[in-house]
Amino acid sequence: MTTSGSLRAARPGLGPLAVPGALAVAILLLTLLGPLAAPHDPLAVDLTARFEPSSLTHPLGTDHLGRDILSRLIAGARTTLGAVAAALALVVALGLGVGAVAGMLGGRTDAVLMRLCDVFLTVPTFVLALFLIGAFGTGLVNVIAAIALSHWAWYARIVRGLVLELKTRDYVLAARIAGAAPPTIFVEHVLTGVLPPLVALATLDIGHMALHVAGLSFLGLGVQPPTPEWGVMINEARAFFWTRPLLVVWPGLAIALAVLAFNRLGDALRDRLDPTLVAERGL
Amino acid sequence: MSPPASPPPCPRVLRAETLRVETRRDGAAVPLVTDATFELRTGEVLALVGASGSGKSLACAALLDTLPPGTRRSAGRVSLDGVAVAPAALRGRTVASVLQAPRSAFNPLRTIADHAGETGAAAGLRRAGARAAMREALAAVGLGDDPRVPDLYPFQMSGGMLQRAMIALALLARAPFLVADEPTTDLDLVAQARILDLLAALVRDRGLGLLIVTHDMGVVARLADRTAVMAEGRIVEGGDTAALFARPDRPETRALLAAHHALSAEAS
Repeated sequence: MTTSGSLRAARPGLGPLAVPGALAVAILLLTLLGPLAAPHDPLAVDLTARFEPSSLTHPLGTDHLGRDILSRLIAGARTTLGAVAAALALVVALGLGVGAVAGMLGGRTDAVLMRLCDVFLTVPTFVLALFLIGAFGTGLVNVIAAIALSHWAWYARIVRGLVLELKTRDYVLAARIAGAAPPTIFVEHVLTGVLPPLVALATLDIGHMALHVAGLSFLGLGVQPPTPEWGVMINEARAFFWTRPLLVVWPGLAIALAVLAFNRLGDALRDRLDPTLVAERGL
Repeated sequence: MSPPASPPPCPRVLRAETLRVETRRDGAAVPLVTDATFELRTGEVLALVGASGSGKSLACAALLDTLPPGTRRSAGRVSLDGVAVAPAALRGRTVASVLQAPRSAFNPLRTIADHAGETGAAAGLRRAGARAAMREALAAVGLGDDPRVPDLYPFQMSGGMLQRAMIALALLARAPFLVADEPTTDLDLVAQARILDLLAALVRDRGLGLLIVTHDMGVVARLADRTAVMAEGRIVEGGDTAALFARPDRPETRALLAAHHALSAEAS
């Protein structure tokens, strides 16, 4: 038996990644295609066709302005998840940068950066969002900034912890003794150990951050009508909740499904990528 | 493969003087290594021996300023051919190192070729030159027969192979000195003997200056030209290995020798 053959056999299948993975990919595809995938213009108002029930032309019916709900949900995926992607990119970049510098340099730099993290950790997302929106006005950019500012410190702390742990590995010492420069050591030997748990964590946070975006928009602080966004849609449908409850149900279901899909995907990724869990299962 | 260059006629000298390593406990400085002075010449093997915790590994780490966190070098200087040098500048190009545990000294996510590329880059080798140098170094440690070796991951290799690969990496930079901290402790007896033979051959053929840290007097008897005995952070006795074995002066040396004789008597 060749070495590579036995290794391939030992590699587990997709397993628990399959279902949430497929769902997440479908949601991501809708996000990328956005309005292109929508059967109607999500902004087209038709006051003669208000509150239409499900039909072949409007699979999920129309809202109080006669707009196609399915089209708005699909277009809304792009708004909500696009904002999440932007916030997450900021959070990971900031967290990775600060955590790596703190962990690699240590000492006073580490202490100062970690106290800075502590400051940011004390501020809840919604309070920070309210502050930013009070100071700079409502808008998606401020929501993204608020989410990024209130979350990066978690990532920085986790990255720092991982870096500190990986720094004690013999192969890092070996690289140091061989004369490799700290940036090289970080990229070659530390980053490889930091990225897998970070990817799992970021995936787990997609759902959590989607809730923030939708929640802030629902409160009227983020995305403004008539832009299609899931939180905005729920807010708009609130007035008709007792007569047309389905108007609230559809965007609510979209949020729930997206959160569920990314949480399950994150869990599965963590199970797969976390070395301690992998070791416990003896893979 | 062209035969390696013959040893330079004029030996180079790496000298550590009055090294002192401290840690802090309850605010007070606690010395771990005191007044360690030793000299390493190319083409010669110096053994640093002592019981566990006698400070031999720390003395080596102080030589290159790779001390573990919480400890620091508080005194002493390192000189190369009589000129004082910064220890960190010696790493890789002047002093190559082999670590104790080959299994953990390789990044499990990187192949041998990746490691060689990194070591080569740190030593200033160009990419193409690094590839050729790696092949030559692997051949020198007896891993040259199998063309798959560079593309293997550490977990696909045995401990002995990994230790050979680590020595090959150490040879890449063509550093005149090699520090080997307990290079055979994690290996079985057959692999141990082969690695020791390899090290001896490298000293003979390439004129390397080898500093070997060990607690095994068998290794010392086999390899070392000169020996320094450490106990409680100090070098208590040193000199020609044969003389030391014949007339040990200090109780620590006698204890190490007695343990060695007891073990070898048991084995025979």
